[in-house]
Amino acid sequence: MSADFRSTPVIALTTVGAWLLAVLWVLPLLYGFWTAFHPAEFAARFDLSAPWTLDNFRRVWDAAPFSRYFLNTFFLVSLILVCQFVICTMAAYAFVCFPFRGSEILFMLVLVQLMIMPEVLLVENYRTLSRIGLLDTTLGIALPYLASAFGIFLFRQTFKSIPKELEEAARLEGANALQILLRVFVPVAKPTYIAYGLVTVSYHWNNFLWPLVVTNSVETRPITVGLQVFATVEQGVDWSLVTAATLLSVTPLLVAFLLFQRQFVQSFMRAGIR
Amino acid sequence: MKASRNALYGGLLLLPAAVLLWTFTYQPILGTIVDSLFSTARGKRPAVFVGLDQYQRMIDDPVFWKAMGNNLVYALTTIPLSMALALMMALLVNSHLRGQAAVRMAYFTPTILPMVAVANIWLFFYAPDYGLVDRFLQIFGWGGQNLLGMPDTALGALIVITIWKEAGFFMIFYLAALQQISPTLLEAAGLEGASYWQTLRRVILPLLMPTTLFISINAVIGAFRLVDHVVVMTKGAPDNATTLLLFYIYQTGFGYWDTGYAAALTVVLLLILALIALFQFGYVDKKVHYR
Amino acid sequence: MYQWKKTLAGGALATLAMLALASGTALAKTQVTFFYPVQVGGPLTKVIDGYVAKFEAANPDIKVVPVYSGNYLDTTTKALTAAKSGTPPTVAVLLATDIFTLIDEDAVQPIDDFVKTADDKAWLAGFMPAYVASAKVDGHVWAVPFQRSTAVLYWNKKAFAEAGLDPKKYPKTWDEMVAYGKAVTKKDASGRVVRWGVGIPGNVGSAQWLFGALAAQNGVRLMNDAGNQTNLTNPKVVEALKFWVDLNKVHGIHPPGIQEWGTTPSDFLEERIAMIWTTTGNLTNLKANAKFDFGLAPYPGKVAPASVLGGGNLYIFKKAPTAEKEAAMKFIKFLTSDEILADWSINTGYVAPRDGAWNTAALKAYAVKVPEILVARDQIPVSVPEWSTHENARTGKVLNDALAAALTGTKTPQKALADAQAEIDRILKPYR
Repeated sequence: MSADFRSTPVIALTTVGAWLLAVLWVLPLLYGFWTAFHPAEFAARFDLSAPWTLDNFRRVWDAAPFSRYFLNTFFLVSLILVCQFVICTMAAYAFVCFPFRGSEILFMLVLVQLMIMPEVLLVENYRTLSRIGLLDTTLGIALPYLASAFGIFLFRQTFKSIPKELEEAARLEGANALQILLRVFVPVAKPTYIAYGLVTVSYHWNNFLWPLVVTNSVETRPITVGLQVFATVEQGVDWSLVTAATLLSVTPLLVAFLLFQRQFVQSFMRAGIR
Repeated sequence: MKASRNALYGGLLLLPAAVLLWTFTYQPILGTIVDSLFSTARGKRPAVFVGLDQYQRMIDDPVFWKAMGNNLVYALTTIPLSMALALMMALLVNSHLRGQAAVRMAYFTPTILPMVAVANIWLFFYAPDYGLVDRFLQIFGWGGQNLLGMPDTALGALIVITIWKEAGFFMIFYLAALQQISPTLLEAAGLEGASYWQTLRRVILPLLMPTTLFISINAVIGAFRLVDHVVVMTKGAPDNATTLLLFYIYQTGFGYWDTGYAAALTVVLLLILALIALFQFGYVDKKVHYR
Repeated sequence: MYQWKKTLAGGALATLAMLALASGTALAKTQVTFFYPVQVGGPLTKVIDGYVAKFEAANPDIKVVPVYSGNYLDTTTKALTAAKSGTPPTVAVLLATDIFTLIDEDAVQPIDDFVKTADDKAWLAGFMPAYVASAKVDGHVWAVPFQRSTAVLYWNKKAFAEAGLDPKKYPKTWDEMVAYGKAVTKKDASGRVVRWGVGIPGNVGSAQWLFGALAAQNGVRLMNDAGNQTNLTNPKVVEALKFWVDLNKVHGIHPPGIQEWGTTPSDFLEERIAMIWTTTGNLTNLKANAKFDFGLAPYPGKVAPASVLGGGNLYIFKKAPTAEKEAAMKFIKFLTSDEILADWSINTGYVAPRDGAWNTAALKAYAVKVPEILVARDQIPVSVPEWSTHENARTGKVLNDALAAALTGTKTPQKALADAQAEIDRILKPYR
């Protein structure tokens, strides 16, 4: 669309602007790269002749069972992602397409969950998990997050902005409620699903306090618990280890983002044609 | 007939979410409201009913008011700035841009990086004299600033981090919404000879309204929820200059283990957010053009 | 064919029997859950796992489950959350200063409940008195010193030499510290300070700790042993804070505002500050990264040199089953044996809290290699317990706020401390 609306110098200018902003935004990550790959003495000094090293990564890797943590985290976020997609889609579909008396109020109640940090309910939720015997399990870490108000709200907003004609057309072809959801709503909302997926995966990949409190064993703990060993400041911050551990743990996220950001393309046309 | 069918379908679709939300959100919230009416149990001394004493205590608590004031400043700066930046970023990376993938990734990094690591990195950026920010300020002769260590600048330093984090986070939802705009609408505007700014104002922004509503409610909530960097970087220092409401709740709950007072603070925070959200929602949702 | 079946069946039976045996022994074992924080970089969870394996080999009837639980604050949160739900850990390493919180929550049991034999008593008597003192409340010993530290001064010998000072001489009095600080403070052509004389971290968490040392150097304690009286309006206390504030305001040798604990070691390494006040635990990091010669010194004094103790103790949780607690006691005795404490000290930089540990061959050999650790040990007799009262987190916060207000110039030291004392009096009233 840019070509339709803008002249060449404007495009060049916006490109430069976009890049400047990008550099500013990525500075913490760039600093992380610099520090993680150099000896600790260069943590506060930028010297192009500084020697490169993998030593920080080696020390980090040795300090915790990272491969096991990666596996646990992968299971945890997959479980959360799949369940959230299903549960939130169902709920949002209900709010958009099957309004009934009181459903507006119910929706308001759902929004309440957005406003409360799960940490505030830590002691209560720990007790609940303990009662149902799910302490120290992956399911137990995931359970309080499976119904996400954030997801329900986001999908509601997206579903609501899908033109009625698409829904009507599908109905005329004889599609039932489930088919309409799967053939019209979900495909058109694909960019939203991608966006939500990226955000929720990042969040749970990095979530710390709740998993730490409800787990005890290496078999269930996520990667942040391994990362945290280095993020302590009793003896001052050792930036080379903190950043090496961080890079180690977020590299899968960076790769996932690069792969999935391609999916942010027009979903509208393709969905409409079907 | 249709009403009862809707109620049945709607009810069934909502059931799993309802069960989970009840167990892990509403039930503990109700517990919190009850707790706020009791004194804090201490070991052998059980909790006793104290009515609204905990709320009374809040009125006389200078730290609570300081936290409210700080949070107001925090909200009024971070919300508009991060939302405006988010929209701008999304528009930029939605157009055909050289190195689009890299730029998108750059904007998204704040969401990917864990806050503990981020806070430690920013701690270095803000270090006086040799920190990145101070080196930049030295160019203009303003070096030697102890940004996190002075009451006038500490909150501002944290606000910058919040904007950095939130703008990249919201950008992704604007980007998704932009992708869902029907291209025919944009082409129609183009055929009518509308300029880019006219199209933006008359076509794109109205179509983004549902997302803007979503983002604005989340931005308000975020302005009260995002306190991880306070925990790692300043712990409210110096002299409560950076104490935000949720941080104060954490401190009261897990530092002082004063569950009664923490519960009362939680109820107040919840009420504030619910009122704002209700207003935003009730006012805007009716006006948003959905379809 | 039949034969094969029989072997299979036999194998299955044998496996079953082994499983039954294994689960049988598992049932007979007493399980001890051990929560511990890691506050020092490095593969310390593995070191702990190693100790546990060694202990289990010697005590086949006990199974220890070590659980790494984040930093101190996370560990306290995790332990108390679990305790409040009726499933406490058996034993945990928590801050020495958490003692009143843990007692008031009725979460922990005194150690002396488990000290029964003459051997037990001899073991308890072997700890350095300064460390045991901070674990004593109401005549009971509530915790066992484990990973303890103390605050020390590091000085940049190169900077001292540059300024014409004797690089081997560290400040022994406040006046000397100011004089040396003035000598090493360096400005560039534009008048901007490029090297400060001294840095004392004043962020939340370190301010109340190091201020305890400053007050002790001026001959006063900040609070009483019962943890229900504080002493902030004492003129000597006010004088100590005034000295800290004046380091910047009058003498111009301390960076303005709040000095951040987390960046203090890099301030030293970047030669931005020539003398820093921090913990013994920083030694390994500084040794590895400093490109100049530096020394570790005990703190100076006004009335007399003094420092402050820090670190974590082992606590036994009250609501754990009795058999578990007895087993935990065995584990604690093992962890605080001279050999393990010596090894832990070498691995972490903590100060082993038993004289016996310092007499082990391992630690003696290490002290030859790194003589600085002896400075830390020798300072312990003149070190005071850190800030610790009932409602400790709350009173600590009030003191921190007061110190920050004075250091950033929003209140005078006198006013800041008077306000804090009034607030703390209100908080501690129910405990008097």
